[in-house]
Amino acid sequence: MNALITLSVLAILVLYLGLYKAKNALLPVTLLGLGAALVLSILEWNSGAAPIYSGMMLFDNFAVAFTSICIVSTMLILLISKDYFEHISEHVAEYYTIILFALIGILIMVSFHNLSMLFIGIEIMSVSLYILAGIRKHDFKSNEAALKYFLMGAFSTGFLLLGITFLYGASASFDLSTIKEYVISNPRGISPLFYSGVTLMIIGLSFKIGAAPFHFWTPDVYEGSPTLITAFMSTVVKTASFAAFLRLFMVCFAPLHDFWMPSLLVISVLTLFIGNVTALYQHSFKRMLAFSSISHAGYMLFAIVALGPLSGNSVFVYATAYSIASIIAFAVLILVKRQTGSDNFESFNGLARKNPFIAFTLTVTMLSLAGIPLTAGFIGKFMMFSTALSEYHIIMVILAAVNAVIGIFYYLKVIVAMYFKSAERNEVQSSPYFNFVLGFSALITIIIGVYPGFISNFF
Amino acid sequence: MEILLVQIFIPLIAALIILASGKTFVRGIAGAFSLVSLLITVYLYLNFTPDATTQFLVDLAWIPQFGIHFKAGVDGISMVLLVLTNLLIPIIVLSSFKQDVKDQQAFYALIFFMQSGLLIVFTALDAFLFYVGWEVALIPVYFICALWGGENRIKANLKFFIYTIAGSLLMLIAIIYLHLQTPGNSYDISEFYKLELDSVTQGWIFWAFFLAFAIKMPVFPFHTWQPDTYTEAPTAGTMLLAGIMLKMGIYGVIRWLIPIAPLGFQAWGETALILSVIGVIYASIIAFTQNDIKRLIAYSSIAHVGLISAGIFAWNVQGLQGAMIQMLNHGINVVGIFFIADIIIRRMNTRDLSLMGGIAKPAPMLAIAFLLVLLGTVALPLTNGFVGEFLLLMGIYNYNIWFAAIAGLTIILGAVYMLRMYQKVMFGQVNTNTSVFTDLDGTEKSVLLIISVLIIFIGVYPQPILNISEAAVINLLEQVNQKILVK
Repeated sequence: MNALITLSVLAILVLYLGLYKAKNALLPVTLLGLGAALVLSILEWNSGAAPIYSGMMLFDNFAVAFTSICIVSTMLILLISKDYFEHISEHVAEYYTIILFALIGILIMVSFHNLSMLFIGIEIMSVSLYILAGIRKHDFKSNEAALKYFLMGAFSTGFLLLGITFLYGASASFDLSTIKEYVISNPRGISPLFYSGVTLMIIGLSFKIGAAPFHFWTPDVYEGSPTLITAFMSTVVKTASFAAFLRLFMVCFAPLHDFWMPSLLVISVLTLFIGNVTALYQHSFKRMLAFSSISHAGYMLFAIVALGPLSGNSVFVYATAYSIASIIAFAVLILVKRQTGSDNFESFNGLARKNPFIAFTLTVTMLSLAGIPLTAGFIGKFMMFSTALSEYHIIMVILAAVNAVIGIFYYLKVIVAMYFKSAERNEVQSSPYFNFVLGFSALITIIIGVYPGFISNFF
Repeated sequence: MEILLVQIFIPLIAALIILASGKTFVRGIAGAFSLVSLLITVYLYLNFTPDATTQFLVDLAWIPQFGIHFKAGVDGISMVLLVLTNLLIPIIVLSSFKQDVKDQQAFYALIFFMQSGLLIVFTALDAFLFYVGWEVALIPVYFICALWGGENRIKANLKFFIYTIAGSLLMLIAIIYLHLQTPGNSYDISEFYKLELDSVTQGWIFWAFFLAFAIKMPVFPFHTWQPDTYTEAPTAGTMLLAGIMLKMGIYGVIRWLIPIAPLGFQAWGETALILSVIGVIYASIIAFTQNDIKRLIAYSSIAHVGLISAGIFAWNVQGLQGAMIQMLNHGINVVGIFFIADIIIRRMNTRDLSLMGGIAKPAPMLAIAFLLVLLGTVALPLTNGFVGEFLLLMGIYNYNIWFAAIAGLTIILGAVYMLRMYQKVMFGQVNTNTSVFTDLDGTEKSVLLIISVLIIFIGVYPQPILNISEAAVINLLEQVNQKILVK
């Protein structure tokens, strides 16, 4: 759990750096600190974790894996933030600090062992995100995003709290193992209060992961927030929310599978269709990514619907593939938007001719998001389908396949624009940081796609 | 050293080298590597014992925790397709030398990348590997067609891509489902063969696989992507699609579909056979009305593939052997005929048959080569097409005489539309466009010479090809028939 402490110290350190105007030190220090936290968390791999801090948290392999991927994604995002925040405001240190605070919340979310810690983690993360969404304070859209996000977030927190209260009312504990005991030892006599609690938790968490029909805030918030913050929200935050969702259901509610499965099944299919079909009609690349991120939430929900031994791994691989791909997509978007001032598909026209490397990485990304073999996205989808089929959700998987086909339409749009449409344009200016992030992420995408063995057998 | 691994991955290495190389040597490197692949195939062929066993087996753990292996091997059926692929790729590469292709490195790299995918498909003995190869072959050809294609290429290719992906996703679901049914959770094809599922489930499995394969071939009514894509694709793309890629579908039916779901085949095989026969007649009639030379050939290809597919679903030795040899023949002929069509189109700047005529006069050599390829296509005795179509029709005849009678019309109809095309292009009035038509140049001559020799050679002496696959085909037939008869 040293990673958590390191991050907290780091966040405060970065604030002080900002106070003393050490602007150039911000990025290196943050990255170094994150690197240290990453190493510290990986060191706890297989250390036979037991609940710590009076049973509040459990830093098991599940937590280590998700912590690591969240830290790595954050590092990649921060690498492309060079010069980005400076364009938006004077107070750069605050960005780093708030992102780090959000990450602290995320660490708590993926390693909670007590419902109160789940709540605290989600709140630490959410409050940071409300600020980040609205950080361009003179921009109308950014304000709208922050307000919408805050209202919806507060709303969902209400559900979550009420759910936790009900669960407490039924089982007389916040502790995950005690709740699990309660569920197992009273197969017949589980109180209706508990069932209501489970339902409210589903609603609250669905808000957080942006699953339909609780997804309405996502497109506007994603569009209004600064692009890097959108990247952070749709990768790290989404991964963490799924980890929390999965942890809660895997540990506590698994025996009640028959009760909550139908509603989650409906949610996941709805999410798939709404996300994909709406993404089809978008003209803005950024909005398309927002809706496609909704549909990816639908795929990831499969692992929870078909809860089983494979679920943790499936979500982990899928979230990794999706996060890395999204980071490339958002990075390229930032570059293109910086040049053309627009985030429509047209602004990608003819990119392959001038920037073959960038176009290639974005192609790998799009193929990965579309789930084409030899990319990480395919392995993710493949594992999701396997997980769902192993529980015989055949119809659901066929619907998912239909959605995968719909997805190809809009992912190909980008490839078509880059390679097959010509436009007068200049070379997009990139920086070594960007090139590193793009190359690294594309490489990881292909490596996971070709040889997933090293990542897909964690827990 | 595992020679099969070399065979599969040489093209991939070629692709990488070509990407890294300079512009000047691209053609030389591409030609050399395509010949290396061919030589390895010749080596495999010479060391191949034509019995029912799987040879040159490669089995490496790939993703062991899911039971996924890189397992590939060559039996008689695969051998024919290896020959097909590695014979046609050099011809396709050679035929593109004279063409003015932008970004040559990317062009040849994509061809070789695709070749690797194809070789994986034709040798895979692991369902996951098969699926990966299946998709990996698709991406490069999509880019080839969309980057170097005609005006409507984007739309046509989107349709093509979506169709094939939709089909293959269903296949993926079926594969995962079968995997979960195997006792040791394996993707090994022999484990799939051993499964004893009930007939309803097998019916579903049959359709899931059949859709994927039927779209690829294409079988009526899943063919609607094909004419547009063939027409808009660059010639090399069309050759790859028609010459090699559609054989993935046919191969899939023989290797995967029928042996895995024999009861599904028993229930639905006749439906598939009828669809194939309908496709033969339907495509022939449409081909007759076409005035666009490429579309005409595209429809004729649907007709010929329909016959092959009908022969397979008849499920007897003649039909299967006919399908095996006809796959090779169709590949050679269709590549030849698209090459000739491309020569004509490039010199005339039109695909419209009504604007052509009298080319035989200024270009006698082209006329002879064209005639030869044409005769192979319409299955004249002593050409390669005859051997294949004769066996196929015999197979269908053994299944049902009426189907054979209807499918047999293809020979007549094929002759009608092909000769009509030949007449319109080669004979008739010489117009201002065609009078300045130049005859074949060096590269074109050599490509057509190779193709002509192959057409005649296989037509006169098909035994070497038939020998390769016979034992494997008979063995497969027995395996499946046992299962069907037991129930």
